[in-house]
Amino acid sequence: MAAEREPPPLGDAKPTDFEELEDGEDLFTSTVSTLESSPSSPEPASLPAEDVSTNSNGPKPAEVVLDDDREDLFAEATEEVSLDSPEREPILSSEPSPAVTPVTPTTLIAPRIESKSMSAPVIFDRSREEIEEEANGDVFDIEIGVSDPEKVGDGMNAYMAYRVTTKTSLSMFSKSEFSVKRRFSDFLGLHSKLASKYLHVGYIVPPAPEKSIVGMTKVKVGKEDSSSTEFVEKRRAALERYLQRTVKHPTLLQDPDLRQFLESSELPRAVNTQALSGAGILRMVNKAADAVNKMTIKMNESDAWFEEKQQQFENLDQQLRKLHASVEALVCHRKELSANTAAFAKSAAMLGNSEDHTALSRALSQLAEVEEKIDQLHQEQAFADFYMFSELLSDYIRLIAAVKEIEEWEAKVQQGERDFEQISKTIRKEVGRFEKERVKDFKTVIIKYLESLVQTQQQLIKYWEAFLPEAKAIA
Amino acid sequence: MEGRQAGKESKPSSVSVDLQGDSSLQVEISDAVSERDKVKFTVQTKSCLPHFTQLEFSVVRQHEEFIWLHDAYVENEEYAGLIIPPAPPRPDFEASREKLQKLGEGDSSITREEFAKMKQELEAEYLAIFKKTVAMHEVFLQRLAAHPTLRRDHNFFVFLEYGQDLSVRGKNRKELLGGYLRNIVKSADEALITRMSGLKEVDDFFEHERTFLLEYHTRIRDACLRADRVMYSHKCLADDYIPISAALNSLGVQEVNQLKMSFLKLAEFFERLRKLEGRVASDEDLKLSDMLRYYMRDSQAAKDLLYRRLRALADYENANKALDKARTRNREVRTAESHQQRCCQRFERLSDSAKQELMDFKSRRVISFRKNLIELAELELKHAKASTLLLWNTLLTLKGEP
Repeated sequence: MAAEREPPPLGDAKPTDFEELEDGEDLFTSTVSTLESSPSSPEPASLPAEDVSTNSNGPKPAEVVLDDDREDLFAEATEEVSLDSPEREPILSSEPSPAVTPVTPTTLIAPRIESKSMSAPVIFDRSREEIEEEANGDVFDIEIGVSDPEKVGDGMNAYMAYRVTTKTSLSMFSKSEFSVKRRFSDFLGLHSKLASKYLHVGYIVPPAPEKSIVGMTKVKVGKEDSSSTEFVEKRRAALERYLQRTVKHPTLLQDPDLRQFLESSELPRAVNTQALSGAGILRMVNKAADAVNKMTIKMNESDAWFEEKQQQFENLDQQLRKLHASVEALVCHRKELSANTAAFAKSAAMLGNSEDHTALSRALSQLAEVEEKIDQLHQEQAFADFYMFSELLSDYIRLIAAVKEIEEWEAKVQQGERDFEQISKTIRKEVGRFEKERVKDFKTVIIKYLESLVQTQQQLIKYWEAFLPEAKAIA
Repeated sequence: MEGRQAGKESKPSSVSVDLQGDSSLQVEISDAVSERDKVKFTVQTKSCLPHFTQLEFSVVRQHEEFIWLHDAYVENEEYAGLIIPPAPPRPDFEASREKLQKLGEGDSSITREEFAKMKQELEAEYLAIFKKTVAMHEVFLQRLAAHPTLRRDHNFFVFLEYGQDLSVRGKNRKELLGGYLRNIVKSADEALITRMSGLKEVDDFFEHERTFLLEYHTRIRDACLRADRVMYSHKCLADDYIPISAALNSLGVQEVNQLKMSFLKLAEFFERLRKLEGRVASDEDLKLSDMLRYYMRDSQAAKDLLYRRLRALADYENANKALDKARTRNREVRTAESHQQRCCQRFERLSDSAKQELMDFKSRRVISFRKNLIELAELELKHAKASTLLLWNTLLTLKGEP
C-alpha cells in the first residue's frame, strides 16, 4: 500500500486564474422539487443483513418509509446494493495518512513546507490487537486523496476540478488504485444523495464542505493572490477530509452512489446540487407530517437517553465553537507575528549595515538572519495551527450539527413503534461510533499538533544557539 | 550601577550605567508610587561630596522635574560640547488603563477563570510599564551622576537635595509649540549651514560621524518600532491561549469518556505555554525593544551635539569674515579680533569634547548591545527549552493514555 501521496506538483499545471463557477446559486431551493428529482435510491434497509454480520451497523431490512404518501424517495427497494466481499480481512493499515501540503506551492513558501508533513487525521495506525478488539469490526482498507486542483474551462463557466484518488484492497472495487476528476458540485451531489438515503434512518452522514460565496467570488474574479490560492487549498483539504470521513463509515462505504463517485470516469452531472442538508429533510418531514394524522411518539426509556445525548451535544457544540473561535484568533495573531518578525529582520539588517563597529555590525546581521528564519517558523506554525487544529474543530462542529439534526428529526418521527425502535437503535449505534471516532480523531490531531510545536521550538533552539557565539564575539 | 540588583527587586534595565568605580555620588530611585495620573519617584542619593549637607538623603520628584533638569542642561552653554543624556519618556499608562477598563466592562461570555487570568495579565502589564518608567528615570540620573562634568551642575544638586517641590509646572501649550518650532528651525538651520559656502567640515572624524549618525538614527528608530510590533504580536499570541485553555477546560469538565483527561491536560498545557510565551514577549521587550529605543534617543542626543558644534563652526566662520571686513575697513578691528578669538576657542573646545563624547557613545553602545544580545539569546534558549520540555511531558501523557 503506497504510503505517501506526493504533494501537488510545484508550478506545473497550475491554473493562472482560478475560476470556478458552481452551479446552483441557491443552496436552499424548495425541498419539494428536490424531492421529485432526487434519484431513487435503494434503501439501506434492504441491505442483505446476513452479509453484514460482522458489521453490526446494518439495520434489519425493515421497509423504512417515511410516509405512505411520499413514494419518491423510498419506494424502490432494489437489490442494487450488495456486498461483493462479505468478509473483510483485518488489514493492518499501517500507512500514515497522506501527506498534505497545506498550501498550493505556487505563490507561497513552498519547499520549506513540504518537509513538514501535516496530515489529515483519519487513517491511523492500528495494531493487530486493536483490530481484534474492534467491536464493530470496523476494519477497512481504503485510502482517499484529493489533489491537483485544476481549472477547467474558461470565463464564467469555468470551474475547479479535483483529482480523487482511491487506493484500496477491498474487493468491492474493481481496481486497487484508481482516480477520477470531480468538481465541487459533484461532492455536494454525493452528499445530498447520501443524506437523503441515510439521514432519516439515523445515520450520521458527514456534512459536505461549505459553499463559500466570498471565497469563490475572489477566485472567480481571477485574483491570483495568496488568498485565492489559500482558498483553493483550504477547499481541497476539506474535500479530502470529507471523503475520508465518509468512507470511514462502514454503511456509507457500501453505498453504490459513493462507489460510483469514486470509480466512474463520467459522473452524471448532479442536477440538484443544493446540499440537501438535514435541515432540508427535516422540512420535508414536517410538510408530510402535516398531511397525516400525527401519531404520538411512544415514550420509552430510550427517550431519556436521547434527551441526555441531545444536551450533551448541545454543550459540546457550544464549547467547540468557542474553542474554534479562539483558535482562529491564534492563527491570525501568529500570522501577524510572522509578518512583524520579517519586517523587524529587515530593519535589523539595515541597522547592521549602518553600524560602524565591525563585530557589532556582524552580530546585528546575524540577528537579522535569525529573525528571518524565525519568521518562516512562525508561518509554518500558523499553517499547523490552522490545518490541524482549526479545521478539525470546524469539521466537528459541522458533524455535531448533523448529529443534532438527526436527533431533532428523531423526535418528530411518525411511525410505528417497531420502526421507531429500529431507528433509535441505529442512532444509538451511530452516536456510539461517532463518539469513538471523535476520541481517536481528536487525540491523533492534537498529538500531531503538539509535535509540530515541538519541532518549532527545537528549530528555535538551533537558531539561537548558533547566534549566541556571535553575540559573545562582539569585542 | 551594575551591582544594584542585589537587595532590591531587580528592575528591568537594558541600559546600565558604569560608574567606573566612582562611588562618590550614587543615585537611585528607591521607590515609586503611581497615583491617579502621575508618578512620584523617590530619589535617593548617597554621597560623600563636600557640597552636600548629609551623606544620605531622599527627595520626591515627579516627571516634570526631570524634564526641567534635562532642559536646564541643554540650555547651558557650558555643556554644549557634551552629549546630554536623553530625557526619560513621560510615564504612560493610558493604554494599559483602557484595557483594564474594557475588561471590567466585560464580556459576559468569558468564564470567571478566564476573567481572572486576563485581569492578572493586564495587571502584570501595568506593573511592567511602571517598572520600566522607573528604570528610565533612574538611568537618566545615573548617567548624569557618572559624567565627570555633568555631575557637578548646580541644578543637579538642587534636584537631588532640595526638599521642597521644585515648582516646575509642565510646559504649557505655547512652550510646547515653541519647542517644536525650535526643532524645525534647528534642522533647517543645520541643512543651511552645511550648504553654506566656505563651511567645509575640517575634520574627517566629524564628517564620518555626521553621515553615520544621520543614517544610524533613522535605522535604529525603524528597528525599534518594528521590534515593538513583534513584541506586541507575541503578547497577543500569549493572550490567545487564555480562552483556548478555558474552552478546553470546559470541554474536559463536560466529557465523560477518555477525552476528558486529554482535554484537561491540554487545558493545563496551554495555560503553561501562555506563561512561557508571555515571558518570551517581555524579554524581547526588555532586551531588544527597550535597548533600541534608548539608543535611538541617545543617538538623537549625539546628533544634537553635532549640530551645536556645526553652529559653533558657522559662528567661527562668520567671525572670520567679520574680522576680514573690519580689517579692510580698518574699523573696530579690536572687537572683531576678540570676537573671532572667542568663536575659535569655543569651536575648538566643542570639537575636542565632542570627539571624546562620540567615542564614549560608541563604546557605550557596543557594550550595551553586546550585553543585551547575549542576554536575549540566552533567555530565548531558556524559554525554548522549557517549552520543549513542557511539550514532551504533555505528549507523553496524551500518548500514554488509552
